[in-house]
Amino acid sequence: MKRITIDPVTRLEGHGKIEIFLDDAGNVANAYFQVPELRGFEKFTEGRLAEDMPQITQRICGVCPEAHHMASTKALDEIFHVTPPSTAKKLRELLYSAFYVTDHSTHFYILAGPDFIMGPEAPVAERNILGVIAKVGLELGGAVIKTRQQNHHIIHMLGGRAVHPVFGMPGGVSKGLTEEERKEVEQISRDSIEFARLSLKVFDDIVLKNIAYVDMIMSDTYTHQTYYMGLVDDNNKVNFYDGKLRVVDPDGKEFAKFAPKEYLNQIAEHVEPWSYMKFPYLKTIGWKGFVDGKDSGVFRVAPLARLNAASGMATPLAQAEYQRFFDTFHGKRVHHTLATHWARLIELLYAAERALELSKDPEITSTNIRTIPTATPDEGVGVVEAPRGTLIHHYTTDDKGIIKKANLIVATVNNAAAISMSIKKAAMGLIKGGKEVSEGLLNRIEMSWRAYDPCFGCATHSLPGELPLEVTIRDSQGNVVNKLGQHLHEH
Amino acid sequence: MSKPKVALYWAASCGGCEIGQLEIGDKLLKLAAAVDIVFWPVAMDVKYKDVATMADGNIDVCLFNGGVRNSEQEHIAHFLRSKSKIMIAYGACAYGGGVPGLANLFNKELIFNRVYLETPSTSNEQKVVPLTSAKVAEGELTLPEFYDTVKTLAQTVKVDYTIPGCPPEERTTWLALEALIEGKMPPEGAVISHSAKSVCDDCPRQRNVKKVKKFYRTYEIATEKDLCLLEQGLLCAGIATRGGCKAPCPQANMPCTGCYGPVEGVVDQGAHFLSAVASVIDSNKPDEIQKIIEDIRDPVGTFYRYSLPGSLLRRAKV
Repeated sequence: MKRITIDPVTRLEGHGKIEIFLDDAGNVANAYFQVPELRGFEKFTEGRLAEDMPQITQRICGVCPEAHHMASTKALDEIFHVTPPSTAKKLRELLYSAFYVTDHSTHFYILAGPDFIMGPEAPVAERNILGVIAKVGLELGGAVIKTRQQNHHIIHMLGGRAVHPVFGMPGGVSKGLTEEERKEVEQISRDSIEFARLSLKVFDDIVLKNIAYVDMIMSDTYTHQTYYMGLVDDNNKVNFYDGKLRVVDPDGKEFAKFAPKEYLNQIAEHVEPWSYMKFPYLKTIGWKGFVDGKDSGVFRVAPLARLNAASGMATPLAQAEYQRFFDTFHGKRVHHTLATHWARLIELLYAAERALELSKDPEITSTNIRTIPTATPDEGVGVVEAPRGTLIHHYTTDDKGIIKKANLIVATVNNAAAISMSIKKAAMGLIKGGKEVSEGLLNRIEMSWRAYDPCFGCATHSLPGELPLEVTIRDSQGNVVNKLGQHLHEH
Repeated sequence: MSKPKVALYWAASCGGCEIGQLEIGDKLLKLAAAVDIVFWPVAMDVKYKDVATMADGNIDVCLFNGGVRNSEQEHIAHFLRSKSKIMIAYGACAYGGGVPGLANLFNKELIFNRVYLETPSTSNEQKVVPLTSAKVAEGELTLPEFYDTVKTLAQTVKVDYTIPGCPPEERTTWLALEALIEGKMPPEGAVISHSAKSVCDDCPRQRNVKKVKKFYRTYEIATEKDLCLLEQGLLCAGIATRGGCKAPCPQANMPCTGCYGPVEGVVDQGAHFLSAVASVIDSNKPDEIQKIIEDIRDPVGTFYRYSLPGSLLRRAKV
């Protein structure tokens, strides 16, 4: 039996490894998606001070520290039985919206965009952000950099630091917003809205007007019928910061809607011996293996899942785009994994619109930003939507607020089973009859998981980044018969 | 003169160091013009093969971030050391072990038990845990070995310089890169930062050499805006932490947690912090002192937040 190793995968945030086994006829027998690292935050946070958790757990991921910081801070509100003043909640959501703008634009232009903008089979040397800038022009390239910088500036302003903010506290935030700063945030948010609209136009022009790309998006190779999960507000609109978790089935019917603290009734995790990452599934349906459909407990999270799990967007421009998105696919739910990129841009627009709303809120510059807790701490669950999906922090403490137990279900982990399935399906659809496996073909397999924007910093506590690709094809005796690309491991 | 060849790599860290490196923004272009980056996985397509075929010592400088948590990271640390003339420990994890180094309070078995067997969402009746070699229907799948103990980079290979911070602030990163570009690296072994003194030197808050009767948790009190946080009873690590960061955390009304490591000349940051804390206690009575100190409920997480593996304690016996 031959095997193909993609190790590590490029242009995603962290280490990951794909093993593809071919049968004697040269068809795909199976594909495995492995995560080779673990850091063990669920254990070594035991004994820490609860209030230190937002700063400790954000070291899970330096790409989305804001998501961990926020989920953790919300868990602290519950542990200490304290309700933050409304200005504090709004400041948290404002920082979080600015963070979404930076994160989603990074993913679209730097990590995933090259596949579409340059084309999946473009030369490796051009399939990167520099190639993208060369094609879309320096003006848009400059706008990408400016949008990221300006929104990082908001994070720095509110959170105290640009990477690993320090402002989350039980009952509020450590730092407020001055009127002068508020004006700056308002202007940046207006610019970000224009940038998001421009990005949607780029997607229209380059992807949706290209029939080959649309066919690829709609193809069965990149499609899975699964359950979807995401946070929604009282009107079932997408919300990143707060609300209830809603799950819809593959037909689009509501399957469950629950408060974050009930997550243990709904979500369980499966363990495999060949990966450090666990595989969450819907508990009431059960783990049926790496299969899709209504009878399988596999669910998906992240932009496409959030749009599917909700009934709309809470801001006007994003809502119009939401409508156009579902109209284009003629359906209530969209199962095409690659449509995630479009969904991400709709969320980018929502995040920018939400930041503008919050920056204009008369309360946002209030100095009432903390409620000092007085109750005995015990237990809390904090949930936010990280850019890469639902993120759950659950801690129990002793009566002094020392962490006794911590449980973390992280965004990318929620997609672990779906990512494995997507890779297998793409590999089966693309590698047939032992034909020569080209680099472009392997990139098409990688595209099946890049759509999820997997972040293995989050998932296993490894690192973001871009690594070279190594593909090793072995015969049944384990001899290397072909090699593509480069890699970092000795086999 | 040919441009210096630079490699940047990460191990057991979070990626914040890479994001921090990107924060130098426009200066990236200046860097790109002055050096030849041969290996930077986060920002460019890497030619491992090109690195692997280089003669030993062919890379001039390697910036390595992250601690050493598993067999793969250890392997790469040795590999890059052999290829590089100068090895720099970049960031708190490579320097002292960082936050993930707190795992040295436990071991592999305890961590695996928690993650794969005990957490309330895990359903694992067969008690499956990840294995370095696992049989599946089609063949064998391998994983790197997870170690009991997190090691710093200097405990793994010889380190020539250190750049502190979690992550290093943009100005600190640029200080080091500028020295590199201009060929004005400090004496071997240096920790590269704008300050050899403490964060207090960077901090605009006023110190009055006031002593304290009680230590507070951060959530318990509203602090005075312009006064030293330690003197208000918060366990601010600034007094025992190298400056150069410009004290962003105290300026956001939160105590320093120590990410820049010890001040010049101090080996064990936690011990130094502890003795500094003891010196501000306003009491001479052993009973009272004992009571004041009892309020410090997580000494390791407070004093050694970023430096347990690199400290004299190194790890807990479990």
